[in-house]
Amino acid sequence: MDKETADPMNQNLPDEPIIEIIDMHKWFGDFHVLQGINLTVHKKERIVICGPSGSGKSTLIRCINRLEEHQRGRIVVDGIELTNNIKNIEKIRAEVGMVFQHFNLFPHLNIIENLTLGPIWVRKTPKKDAEAAAMYYLEKVHIAEQAKKYPGQLSGGQQQRVAIARSLCMNPKVMLFDEPTSALDPEMIKEVLDVMIELAREGMTMIVITHEMGFARSVAHRVLFMDFGQIVEGNTPEEFFENPRHDRTKLFLSQILH
Amino acid sequence: MVNIVHSSRKAEIKPPVVDIGVIGWIKANLFNGWLNSALTLVTLYFLWKTVPPFFRWAFIDSVWNTTGQACRDAGGACWSIVSSNFRFILFGFYPYDLQWRPLMAMIILFVLLFFSQNRTYWKKPLAFAWIAGLFVMGLLLRGGLFGLDPVESAQWGGLLLTLLLSVFGLTAAYPLGVILALGRQSKMRAIKTLCILYIELIRGVPLISLLFMSSIIFPLLLPEGVSINKILRAQAAIILFTAAYIAEVVRGGLQGMSRGHYEAAESIGLNYYQTMRLIILPQALKIVIPPTVSQLISAFKDTSLVVIIALYDLLKTTQTVLSNPEWMGFSREAYVFVAILYFLGCFSMSNYSRKLEKELSRGD
Repeated sequence: MDKETADPMNQNLPDEPIIEIIDMHKWFGDFHVLQGINLTVHKKERIVICGPSGSGKSTLIRCINRLEEHQRGRIVVDGIELTNNIKNIEKIRAEVGMVFQHFNLFPHLNIIENLTLGPIWVRKTPKKDAEAAAMYYLEKVHIAEQAKKYPGQLSGGQQQRVAIARSLCMNPKVMLFDEPTSALDPEMIKEVLDVMIELAREGMTMIVITHEMGFARSVAHRVLFMDFGQIVEGNTPEEFFENPRHDRTKLFLSQILH
Repeated sequence: MVNIVHSSRKAEIKPPVVDIGVIGWIKANLFNGWLNSALTLVTLYFLWKTVPPFFRWAFIDSVWNTTGQACRDAGGACWSIVSSNFRFILFGFYPYDLQWRPLMAMIILFVLLFFSQNRTYWKKPLAFAWIAGLFVMGLLLRGGLFGLDPVESAQWGGLLLTLLLSVFGLTAAYPLGVILALGRQSKMRAIKTLCILYIELIRGVPLISLLFMSSIIFPLLLPEGVSINKILRAQAAIILFTAAYIAEVVRGGLQGMSRGHYEAAESIGLNYYQTMRLIILPQALKIVIPPTVSQLISAFKDTSLVVIIALYDLLKTTQTVLSNPEWMGFSREAYVFVAILYFLGCFSMSNYSRKLEKELSRGD
């Protein structure tokens, strides 16, 4: 897979891998969800993963911060291999931000408390600094005026932007997005994608599961297609959309692009 | 397409008189259909038959501060049984001259509880106040230091004993119950099995049998010469019993939490204890406030079962008064009084829980 051919945002990728996945397998009971995944993600690289539901794409990125445990193969994140060592897992989780389909904000805490929880308890940042940083990121996702509200008082799009800011507060090296716009009303999708595009422009390393193909085209360095627990095809967005090589990719694209 | 445009506002028309105000309310709530009308009339008849006579008995024909003989001559309630035996009902066999000490202890307890119910005070000073308060209360009750005459715990009784058993029983049972509930959810097999075993065993026996065991069987297992205070043993039985029930209530709350909260907490790097303390328990415990408080209220009332191991709690001291020949036969009055005390306890608990729920429901 050649990834250096095109760089839609005019950035040259340094050749430093930040995530390396080598022949990784996972089973749910007898079901072989991930069947030998090999993937190297470089610093500042942006990858979009698509594929039909049940293809294992969520499970793949959930393995990267150990929300799911893989059973064979290796995953190395920022030089640390994911094993059962709890200290390593916590270290990696603090370095890897994750945004969920259903936002998963903490409903009993207000927005600013949602954002400062990680920095205060995991990074041991003083409360004042954590709050200043939180306000900075809230500005960034254009939602600073809601800082004292509770998640239940915000719209879906606003909640998802808060969730992104919450991850950013931990200064992650990588951001994982698990279908960040799938649970949103159509008119709110853009505000979330805009925030993600800004993030991309600043050079964040991102792995995004999404079916927003416009986003994939303009932001991704590479688009991967997954089916039946394997990465079937991966290419630059231009090649991926214009010249899909596998029949399964063609079929999938014809279904989602109408 | 049809455009609907509201024309200028019509002149305001008031609803019919029979639908608003007092008449409207009566019509809607008391005489809404023939069945409800009939029920209203029947209820009114019973109220007419019962309330005035009760009022007459309790307040008009009653005597408040006389001897037992005078009571027998009066036609109404004999509240004298309460006023004459007030101190015995409240303090049991605590030496008469020293009863200012349990009184002080109870006042300290109430002051501490009063400040503890306000969440803005839940800071370090309150914790220190409790520690100091407990120490002073213990000192007042036991004596033996600073020139205070020692009083055996066997002499503690009445309302004092009921309060001690319930306040400390409930405050200790709650955290223990939460820990058991977390244990039951644990991924570690041994801990999980142990917690399930404990909860099911305790729930499988009545409180009375636990109290018997604590007072009769447990001492047999101790080495000779070692004895543990009877009140403490009853207290332990109440705590262990209540905790098992609290644990199941809390487990219900924990199961109501979505997987997403755990994952979000894990994904920002919080460890197990932080996740539980900061994310899961605050939400889960809030959901189960109503059943938890039911459980605590019933535990409060169950403290009266300690009579069977011959502890003189509030109910037992009252019964003791009734066995005095002078006051025999005035059980109605005595039990009404005890019922009022229990009601005050239970009602303030349920009131507090409602207030707490309202305060905590800000985010939803």
